[in-house]
Amino acid sequence: MSDLHFVRSEMLPERAPPASTVGVVGWMSENLFNGIVNSTLTILSVAFIVWAVMGFLGWAISPTWAAANLRDCQEIVAGHEGACWGVIRDRWKQLLFGFYPQELYWRPILSFVLLFIALIPVLFAMISRRMNWFLLLAVLAIGALQVGGTLGVALAVVLAAGAAFVGFQMVTTNKADRAEQIAAGAKRLPNPLIFSVLYPFIAPWLLWGGSFWLPIVALLGFVLGWAAMRLTAGVIGTLGATILAFVVPVLWWLFAAAGFADVAHGILPMGIEAVESRLFGGMLLSLTIGVVAISISLPIGIVLALGRQSDLMIVKALCVGFIEFIRGVPLITLLFVASTLLNIFMPKGTNFDIILRVIIMATLFASAYMAEVIRGGLAALPRGQYEAADALGLDYWKAQRLIIMPQALKISIPGIVSTFIGLFKDTTLVSIIGLLDPLGLSNTIRAHTDWVGIYWELFAVIALMFFVFCFSMSRYSMYLERRLRTDHR
Amino acid sequence: MIAPKLMHADEGQPPSLKSSRPQEPEENARNRAENQEEVIMKKTVFLGALTVAGLAAGASAAATLDDVKARGKLNCGVATGVPGFAAPDANGRWEGFDVSVCRAVAAAVLGDSDAVEFVPTTGKTRFTALSSGEIDMLARNTTWTLSRDVDLKFTFVGVNYYDGQGFMVPKDLGVSSAKELDGATVCIQTGTTTELNLAEFFRANNMSYEPVPIETQAEALQQYNAGACDVYTTDASGLAAARSTFEDPTSSVILPEIISKEPLGPLVRHGDNEWGDIVRWTLNALIAAEEFGITSTNIGELSAAAGDNPEVNRLLGTEGNLGEMLGLDAGWAKAAIMSGGNYGEVFEKNIGENTPIGLARGLNAQWRDGGLIYSPPFR
Repeated sequence: MSDLHFVRSEMLPERAPPASTVGVVGWMSENLFNGIVNSTLTILSVAFIVWAVMGFLGWAISPTWAAANLRDCQEIVAGHEGACWGVIRDRWKQLLFGFYPQELYWRPILSFVLLFIALIPVLFAMISRRMNWFLLLAVLAIGALQVGGTLGVALAVVLAAGAAFVGFQMVTTNKADRAEQIAAGAKRLPNPLIFSVLYPFIAPWLLWGGSFWLPIVALLGFVLGWAAMRLTAGVIGTLGATILAFVVPVLWWLFAAAGFADVAHGILPMGIEAVESRLFGGMLLSLTIGVVAISISLPIGIVLALGRQSDLMIVKALCVGFIEFIRGVPLITLLFVASTLLNIFMPKGTNFDIILRVIIMATLFASAYMAEVIRGGLAALPRGQYEAADALGLDYWKAQRLIIMPQALKISIPGIVSTFIGLFKDTTLVSIIGLLDPLGLSNTIRAHTDWVGIYWELFAVIALMFFVFCFSMSRYSMYLERRLRTDHR
Repeated sequence: MIAPKLMHADEGQPPSLKSSRPQEPEENARNRAENQEEVIMKKTVFLGALTVAGLAAGASAAATLDDVKARGKLNCGVATGVPGFAAPDANGRWEGFDVSVCRAVAAAVLGDSDAVEFVPTTGKTRFTALSSGEIDMLARNTTWTLSRDVDLKFTFVGVNYYDGQGFMVPKDLGVSSAKELDGATVCIQTGTTTELNLAEFFRANNMSYEPVPIETQAEALQQYNAGACDVYTTDASGLAAARSTFEDPTSSVILPEIISKEPLGPLVRHGDNEWGDIVRWTLNALIAAEEFGITSTNIGELSAAAGDNPEVNRLLGTEGNLGEMLGLDAGWAKAAIMSGGNYGEVFEKNIGENTPIGLARGLNAQWRDGGLIYSPPFR
């Protein structure tokens, strides 16, 4: 035995890992080329992807943007496979707006932009009130400028001044200062949700035009219902007041609203040019149907889901019957009912707007699915949550609003957004009943002698448009899930 | 997915549905199915319907002419898109052979060929749209059949295009007659009358064929161009339109045999004969104008004063009171002809030999030229 031994007296310095295990090379050798099978698969997949992409690009990159018709395209590509993009240049407006009058395109665009401004306070909690009002005023100013006329310009100036004022305030005070001011009791701007509530009345008026009094009388119906409930609740009890809150607006819309609007319009005629439903088409039609159906189906779905769990027999039976009936019938059947059967029942000459009929059917259809998705969320809540709400002494609606629904809806987000996406894509079914949504229009465009025989270019563009909307909805739902995640993972 | 059934007059009729009502079996079957839902659905949509019904003017359908005049617009049902017959251009203005009939009627009744609301209808919605009063007339290459006239209660006011089913084959096949097609593979749209006609034609000629069932025209042309079938069959006008889209249209030939009768024409509802007369005689005015050599260029001159030909004078309102009899102005036919020219001009402009569709007049020539186009006298 000798005393010789080796003890390292200091740590070795860290060394960089071998070049073959880091970076791109390392990642590839670990994930793509670790073994013969995987290497082969990698090479085959890469070859396939290259082949597919090259094939697609070879078709898609084609200098045919300026072509005036299919013959031009065929001359330009001269025998090769190549897309004919001239059709998109010629018809992109139609694919977006249908036959909506070109000089009025600003109206759908304005409603589309306003839609996002109305949605921001509902969907995101990321921008300040002042930012929201600034955007709203600025957009409205641009819109008012489009209306033209002395009134429009005057309105635009006032709105622009408002936007400038809010914008100035916003840049001159920083976030922290503002937070202090608010804590100290400074006056805040009103909640932008006010505009979100008004938006459902403004957007249809912008799209269809007509008298300014129409959205007013529609809104008045809700005000009347609310007033009836508040005024009579003490006299005839809550149930009676709730019933009145439904009956009064319906009576108002049915019998008094049209006359009132006429009289008001006679006294003070204000309005914008009316546009007929028939002129709606393309993405505008899909979005109109989709957005309305989506936004109405969620509340109806919640009510139906609650009704289905209710202890009241009649309410439960009605909800179950409705849900099961609608889910048992294909959407296309409902659309045929809307387009053909209703025509036969109604007195001849009655003009019940076809888009409105379709929207009603699509909404009912989505509501039934929505109800089941939300019921799934309700069923996933532990019984303790209901009991806790009871123990706190909350009544039914308060318990739903404060405890049950926030949790149930959070659980249901993926399902709800799936239903939305499905509904939005289902709007293309309306082409079967002769409405010209993007798919229907592709057929109509192809019927023009310039473009007979064009298929894939139109389908590719339509697919892209739908993808943009559906993919954004899907990403938003993932963002929302992350933001609402309260458990600790 | 909705796919184009380009040019086919009778889309939507399944081949062999034995029904007590022989025509429109598919439509009937669907209506029966919907009738069962209707009871439940009716309630749901009733409130919504009421809301708008209350706002809309409930007009009676008896006097269509009065309705049209009061509205200031003619509601005319057209196809959602059939090349050469009905299609909107990039500005949304509808053009085509069927569209011209709508424009002529609007011009005759309202004096303005643009006073038309074109209502796009599909093969499935066209008849309900007409019978419910949503449209005043339908000009959507619809075949005139007995059951449509009698059972569906429509009046076909005439024929503006005589179509028929034909065959298209690649030139390389070296076939010059449909009788030589024994044993061929045939691309055929399923669920149409063309399928029935095809079977009958081959049976009658004691030949056999192998059907390649396809759903849409797009699919059919792809199969045909890929050589998956030797023959493509649909209405002759559809074949011509399809062939015009080929990169080399001369590589295919359309065989001379026409194996079915498809008289296509505008139609109106039963129950308002005066309105039917107006549409009928507007169409006849276009046809007669060609016969008498009245064109959109010389009509101004001819209608300025009464000329030598009394029938031209009566037609153009410089003599007699034909317009008054119809309940229109004396210049009704002049306006109709000026809206797009006479029958021949409309034909040449939309589907004639100088257009990409490239149809010859054939059966649709004037009777004096050996065709079937013939107008009763204006007397």
